[in-house]
Amino acid sequence: MHDVTTVLYILMGFMIIGSVVAVETTDLLSSVICVGAVGFALSVIDLLLCAPDLGLTLAVVEILALVVLIRVVRTRRDTYHATSRDTLAIALVVAGLGFVLTLTFFALEGLPPFGEPIMLMSKPYLESGLTRIGAVNYVTSIVIDFRGYDTLGEATIIFVAIVGAYTVLRAVGRKRETTGNESDR
Amino acid sequence: MKPPGMSLIVRTITRLVTGFILIFGLYIVTYGHITPGGGFAGGVILALGLILTLLAFGKKFVGEHALITDEGFKEADVLGAGIFLVIALLGYVFATGGAEPAFFLNWIPHGTPFNLWSGGMLLFCNFAIGIKVGACLFAVIVTMAVFHNHRRHGPGEPKEE
Repeated sequence: MHDVTTVLYILMGFMIIGSVVAVETTDLLSSVICVGAVGFALSVIDLLLCAPDLGLTLAVVEILALVVLIRVVRTRRDTYHATSRDTLAIALVVAGLGFVLTLTFFALEGLPPFGEPIMLMSKPYLESGLTRIGAVNYVTSIVIDFRGYDTLGEATIIFVAIVGAYTVLRAVGRKRETTGNESDR
Repeated sequence: MKPPGMSLIVRTITRLVTGFILIFGLYIVTYGHITPGGGFAGGVILALGLILTLLAFGKKFVGEHALITDEGFKEADVLGAGIFLVIALLGYVFATGGAEPAFFLNWIPHGTPFNLWSGGMLLFCNFAIGIKVGACLFAVIVTMAVFHNHRRHGPGEPKEE
């Protein structure tokens, strides 16, 4: 496992190339597939870094997102490519992003180095997890027990997102059904 | 008359495979506190099994035969979220052994590690999250299928340009 870094660099290069292609391509379907490829590369990275929980979840969610996005692309058929010609706005955005990133770089210098007080947060979890929770999978015991409040928030986010999507999309169908005439478009 | 959905090959394979996918999803949910997995991953796998059925057999078949239909998902969704919240709130009620009553208190007996009965409430929380996530994500596809149908029979595709 000592040369896992090389594989990580290769995968990250693949992800960067995929992201650039996804942004630059004119075909919406190839863009969606590039995004999916980037996600799968990320799940492989998770597996290589010994995080099978994350890798499994990410791969499954990627499959679902790919199905949803391909479905959307096949439904919409909006294949035209919108290119903004506003150079000033793009320059402003890029300059602002650079400014923020520079500030972030200096701000991150003030943080303690990576893993320096070794396992500052995870040590209490690892020490008391088995006795306090009794579950062998520490990821689940952290996600559901130690950080259960976060998980409740995530569940709420999914719920609100799905209900919102359902409401927005169904409003179109119901209106068509009730009015009957389709000239008001 | 051509049946709805995809070709005969796809429908046969789907018929063979869907049960295994659903069992695998249930396994991932049930053993989420012992092996890698959990409510989210298992719920997504359950949703994917149902989505495969939807894509292969068409919307009408799923509406008639599936566990979660396009109307029933709301009940399943609310049920999952409700169970999760109730388990969290029961921490206030069943605080025993000198533990302070708290939100998300793990009050169920912990059991022995590596057994299915371990981790107290994790098993039940995983089930709640699995139901919820599966219903939610299946609802996305069902909603899109309904929406797609309305577009197709509506005024037609958006005009070019």
